[in-house]
Amino acid sequence: MTAALLLTAPLIVPFLTAVLAFLFRHGGEGRWVSVAGSAVSLAAAAVLLREVLAGGTVAAQMGGWAAPFGITLVADTLSAVMVVITAITGLAVALYATAEIDRPLEQLGWHALFQVLLAGVTGAFLTGDLFNLYVWFEVMLISSFGLLVMGGRRVQLDAGIKYVTLNLVSTILFLSGIGLLYGTTGTLNLADLHVTLHGNEDGIVTLIALMFMVGFGVKAAVFPLYFWLPASYHTPAFATSAVFAGLLTKVGVYALMRMFTLVFDQDVPFTHGILLWVGVATMVTGVLGAAAQTDFRRILSFHIVSQIGYMVLGLALMTPLALAGGAFYLVHHIIVKANLFLISGVADRVAGGTELDRIGGLYKGTPLLGLLFLIPAFSLAGFPPLSGFWAKYVLVKASMDVELWWVAFAALAVGLMTIYSMTKIWGRAFWKPHPTGAVPSLRTIDAPQRAAMLIPIAALATMTVIIGLVPQPFLTLAERVAVELLDPTSYVSAVLGPDALPAPEVTE
Amino acid sequence: MEVLSALMIGVLVTASVYLMLARNVLRFIFGLVLLSNAANLVIFASGGLTPQAPPLIEYRTDAPTGLVANALPQALVLTAIVIGFGLFAFALTLVYRGYQNLGTLDSDEMRLAEPREEPK
Repeated sequence: MTAALLLTAPLIVPFLTAVLAFLFRHGGEGRWVSVAGSAVSLAAAAVLLREVLAGGTVAAQMGGWAAPFGITLVADTLSAVMVVITAITGLAVALYATAEIDRPLEQLGWHALFQVLLAGVTGAFLTGDLFNLYVWFEVMLISSFGLLVMGGRRVQLDAGIKYVTLNLVSTILFLSGIGLLYGTTGTLNLADLHVTLHGNEDGIVTLIALMFMVGFGVKAAVFPLYFWLPASYHTPAFATSAVFAGLLTKVGVYALMRMFTLVFDQDVPFTHGILLWVGVATMVTGVLGAAAQTDFRRILSFHIVSQIGYMVLGLALMTPLALAGGAFYLVHHIIVKANLFLISGVADRVAGGTELDRIGGLYKGTPLLGLLFLIPAFSLAGFPPLSGFWAKYVLVKASMDVELWWVAFAALAVGLMTIYSMTKIWGRAFWKPHPTGAVPSLRTIDAPQRAAMLIPIAALATMTVIIGLVPQPFLTLAERVAVELLDPTSYVSAVLGPDALPAPEVTE
Repeated sequence: MEVLSALMIGVLVTASVYLMLARNVLRFIFGLVLLSNAANLVIFASGGLTPQAPPLIEYRTDAPTGLVANALPQALVLTAIVIGFGLFAFALTLVYRGYQNLGTLDSDEMRLAEPREEPK
């Protein structure tokens, strides 16, 4: 298979699915089109990952215009892994959505917008061009706007206004950064930017780097730019908030990781020093916010913020182990977080709400849901032997290796606080009896819908357990990601050809 | 020319920041429109300002003869304008729906999604 087909298939499939899902939105076939399309996307992503693992970075020039003039699509290990994890989340949520998304939303085209969102996320992971990244961000944003306010309940409109306005500001900052960077370097191809800016110690580049840091920081929801996230993620349909929680902020983290290893590595002590403080502040403020909340989904929303801090921390330390930890965390977090939001959806359905004071009795009525909740919840807090334990272990080890004891301490303390707010959900939603005396039961959902809701949850929980029990292959993969991020030679030569980088010994 | 456009961008950004500090969401959106146009001008200027030299190739030639403007930033700006147009159409509709349903444009009063804690 040619490189171009390998790289475009994960993009074309969701767009095609979106069109078909939109055409069949009235009869209800659209939801199964969406599930089938997501399965095909997963297959395409898996083929891409296998190719990247076997043969290294894959790149293709769109329209036959050679880099750095045309638009490049490129997949190194990080991109390929992210595309696969996007497809996995997409498939799980698409299946869940068949049970949750009701007729009116379906007829408005929920499934079509959902697929466009997945395409936007995938495109952002695969592009090798900065302006193209902006366009994919927009594809993603527009569809997320639609999904967020779809249904038009008052609380959604309220959340939508905050989400839309703050995200637009970040987009404009990103766009101005692109303008200034083009003015400085004359190129927007990421690999070419690496070659052009390598060794450039101009202050203006650091300034532009900060514009990108703020722009992507808003998307990634880092401290102090995260306020749009807890204001909005608990308002839309549960399937919508699951895919948002799993993927959207992570695109921001990915963009930060890509830009601050490949392009902006001129002034690492300064830029990554800021990122270190930002990462720790994000961890701490996020988890404190979660501790103050009393709604299932709002607690989870603040946890997203808190967990983003760990990933940024991995980038900020900039050692091979820390970057591996950050990449591992990224993958683990997407699976766990999407799953927790899906579980909150089931809890809402059987217990009649997400406000913790108004629900209860879930453990008595639905022990299966209790078990399925405990797996991702403990994983998020970092209990062995689940995936979150290894992710946290690697990051704590990495910060101890560079003797940042306070960072390691903060990471561990935040883990403890995470388990505190998880026990709050456990104690009040699962253990205490339901305030009305009712016993919630999964049997109140009819069988096909129940299966469609529980199968994705069980599958994602199983993945968490598998990553936890057999971490070695995943850690090896994460280490490979870290090596590629720190030494982008293979990325650059895949995009620009083998002669693009001066041979280090000869020229210096 | 450069000084003039730099000043213009500065004025646009100043005005937009002023508007965006308002509590009224509609003023915020107007500020965003100005800011996005300032960003477009930044991109436009980044290609270098070359008056009287449109990026056109003369008839029966393959490449431009002489100095012409860089066409890439112009293409980028065009894309950004189109995307921005779509986004603002959406944002304005959203704010209007918000006004109809919530009865306010004051962002301080939009507390439905995050209600104030009642003192216990």
